[in-house]
Amino acid sequence: MIRYWEKIYAKSENIKAYALLFPALLMVILAMASPMLLTFVTSFHTQVSMMEIDTTLTLGRYKDFFSKPVYTTLLGRSIKISFFVTLVTLITTYPLAYYIAFYVKKNKMLWIVLMTLPFWTSYLLRVFSWKVILGHKGVVNSALMALGMIEEPLGFLIYSQTAVVLTLAHAWAAFAILPLYVSLDKIDKSLLEASYDLGNSKFQTFWRVTFPLSLPGVIGAILIIFIPTVGDYVTPQLVGGTDGRMLSNMIQALFGRANNFPLGAASAVIMLFSVSLVALIVTYVTRKVSMRMS
Amino acid sequence: MYNKNNILFLYAILYFAFLYIPVMLLPVFSFNDAIHMVFPLKGFTLKWYDQMINASRLHQALFNSIKVGVTASIFSTLIALLAAKAFTKYKVRLRQLSYGAILLPFVIPEIIIAVSLIVLWTGMGLQLGLIPVTISHVLFCTPFCMLVLISRMEGFDRNLEEAAMDLGENAWGTFWRVTFPLVLPAIVASLLLSFVISFDEFILAFFLTSNDQTLPLYMWGQLRFPKKLPHVLALGAVIIVATSIIVMLSYWLRNLGKPTDKKSNIGGI
Amino acid sequence: MSDNEFIKIKNVSKKFDDVVAVDNVDINIARGEFFSLLGPSGCGKTTLLRILAGFEYPSSGKVLIDNVDVTGITPNLRPTNMVFQNYAIFPHINVKKNIEFGLRKEKLSKDALDKRVKDALRMVQLEGYEDRYSNQLSGGQRQRIALARALVKQPKVLLLDEPLGALDKKLREEMQLELRKLQRSVGITFIFVTHDQEEAMTMSDRVAVMNKGKILQISPPRDLYNNPKNLFVGDFIGQINFLESEIKSIDSNNINVLINKLGEHTLTYSGNINKEESIVCAIRPETIQIGNNPDQIKSDITIKGKIANTSFYGNMTYIYVEIEGIAKTLMVSTSDALEGLTYDSECYININLKDIRLIKKN
Repeated sequence: MIRYWEKIYAKSENIKAYALLFPALLMVILAMASPMLLTFVTSFHTQVSMMEIDTTLTLGRYKDFFSKPVYTTLLGRSIKISFFVTLVTLITTYPLAYYIAFYVKKNKMLWIVLMTLPFWTSYLLRVFSWKVILGHKGVVNSALMALGMIEEPLGFLIYSQTAVVLTLAHAWAAFAILPLYVSLDKIDKSLLEASYDLGNSKFQTFWRVTFPLSLPGVIGAILIIFIPTVGDYVTPQLVGGTDGRMLSNMIQALFGRANNFPLGAASAVIMLFSVSLVALIVTYVTRKVSMRMS
Repeated sequence: MYNKNNILFLYAILYFAFLYIPVMLLPVFSFNDAIHMVFPLKGFTLKWYDQMINASRLHQALFNSIKVGVTASIFSTLIALLAAKAFTKYKVRLRQLSYGAILLPFVIPEIIIAVSLIVLWTGMGLQLGLIPVTISHVLFCTPFCMLVLISRMEGFDRNLEEAAMDLGENAWGTFWRVTFPLVLPAIVASLLLSFVISFDEFILAFFLTSNDQTLPLYMWGQLRFPKKLPHVLALGAVIIVATSIIVMLSYWLRNLGKPTDKKSNIGGI
Repeated sequence: MSDNEFIKIKNVSKKFDDVVAVDNVDINIARGEFFSLLGPSGCGKTTLLRILAGFEYPSSGKVLIDNVDVTGITPNLRPTNMVFQNYAIFPHINVKKNIEFGLRKEKLSKDALDKRVKDALRMVQLEGYEDRYSNQLSGGQRQRIALARALVKQPKVLLLDEPLGALDKKLREEMQLELRKLQRSVGITFIFVTHDQEEAMTMSDRVAVMNKGKILQISPPRDLYNNPKNLFVGDFIGQINFLESEIKSIDSNNINVLINKLGEHTLTYSGNINKEESIVCAIRPETIQIGNNPDQIKSDITIKGKIANTSFYGNMTYIYVEIEGIAKTLMVSTSDALEGLTYDSECYININLKDIRLIKKN
């Protein structure tokens, strides 16, 4: 008898928990999972005319995607750009997170707030200000010309993949600083002292102890930068030019002017699938390399 | 051992400049008496702010943004509060799976969420507009809210609730007299942060609205016209200052009256 | 109902999944008693306390307080109050509001409420601390506030969950005396959980020693020390020497025992025992006397040994003596600084039969 009630009670813990989780899970299912599923199904349809869609299932849109070089080029470029954004962001923010975690003694919180504050201010405006900085008549060019250092504006600054990478690395910095800082700050300082004590130099200690222990932060940063940036639309539009256009701009066109939902859906599916795959590979390789080093 | 490192300090300062200069440029040029954003600066003026105040379409967009932001922040905070309670109080079966599912919208590219909602919405024969924008914002903000709330509720001493019950309060009284006041700062922080996210959000709004513009969409529309640019800068400057204040406030709230002041918890951004 | 059965814990067990935290515990506690639950961490003492408070419900068994079955009653409706291990002072309200917290239901006038708070603060010697917040109090002050907050409700039973654990040694000893004094003056039944045997011994009327969910012995402190009923209790309370022994013959209460290397002796044992029972003989180190030559001290047993180690504690010295044929060194404590008794020197130890306790192994 008592065992029976215990079981009911143990189960009721789960029931209570899921009652609380219900709204959140319902939202994810209704507003994310089912639309995505529907998009997946749509990717097997065919756009016949402006208003008409043939719902016979076909792999035609995937064939379309892979037979036209423009799509595969854009996909490859999107992933390449995201990869470099992730890499640049990690490399530039790691020393900073390291500095805050190990060297800042007072007001650590203030440092973190200041380093993440720009992230909260309008994304659009931040991207736009890079357009202004890098533009033909932009801040950099006008300043350099005013100083007499150059005669003509430097044209390579804007409308390039480099401009996109730079802008995105700036925009996503907070997403790298936070997980890196959290994982570095957790490291027990006596582990590092033990490493010195056992004869490792500072440099060896970093690669053999600090970096491997900060890996959760590195991987977290990879996942939350790599995947979302591939779908960025604003940055390529504003600073990318034709050379910096990404797959997301194409998807936007397919759902907008071109009005080809099935092909747009197929592109979205391919984008999500390939970027997830690459992110997993990058994570895996990072983990392996780090293990090899320590 | 870790007393000083001048190279890293210098780097931190440089990075700081890299982070802030692009953001600060907009307010600087918003006071510049010229249409183009070029150096050297011409002279001080407030006329762009004047223009901003008198732009009527901007008012409508601002109103829309506030409407969407307030609704989205209330709903996402409410949903996240319940979920955070479940994760911090109970040993949930399939915990990782549910947790991951709720955080997923935070990782999936916004454009994917946006086009999926378009497919669903138009598939149901509904008009795009502020409603799907709000829904997508709730979806996108909930993970943030949940992380903010969990980081507060995790440090929550369960003995406090037990002490309240021991002193004669029932479950409801315990919630109102102990749990709620202790979690309140995090709830306010969650409301503020999700409002800021929704208020600044561009991609989802861009895809999911038809004629009703939000503020970022309004700015996007104006960026193409060089003559309109300066008043967008003025608007941008106001937004930057306002969001900074709100975010600072929410950080302060999140650390307010923590039971143990050992370490500031920034786990949830 | 007699006052000796003010609290009745009847055959209480508590299982968590497959772990038995409390195993068929049966205790009666008298009105106004200072009762301690003593045991190592994880022995189930805190679970038992939480069952009394109502935070856990027993898997089987009953709890009666003042003749009322409270087994299924929620904590807010029980006549018990608790002092938590970490004190659980509400951080968002001040000391006054903390102390008033449990009085809301009594609908007191403002003046009456103020008086109750004032009295409670005077009782714990923290008058004038009304407006402080938890983070402005020291550990000892928090502990007093927690005490005041619980006592102001005038509970029938006060439950204390290792309330002194977080304090430093000096303060802890001070609080032990104070707590005992307070308990006498308010006359409320205290149930005190601790893993510190010294703490339990100095304060309690009776102590229950727990291990692995079971109650091993319930006795007044002196009895617990002098007559441990089993190996665990003997070992857990104070220092003790165990000597392997064997029963040779039994004649009512007189038992003939062969003690390893100490020969055959007749000891008394109250209680049932049979010849096959495996036993040990226990001797407290302070009952053993030590000297440089065999005739120095008159005693029932004298045996030669060699000093393996000594450790000095100020008021006493522990001497560890190696005896040929006994695997474990024998521990002797003495308050005299004896000359010539240094490391590796020869010595004689003297034991009286009245100091030897016979303990069943199981």
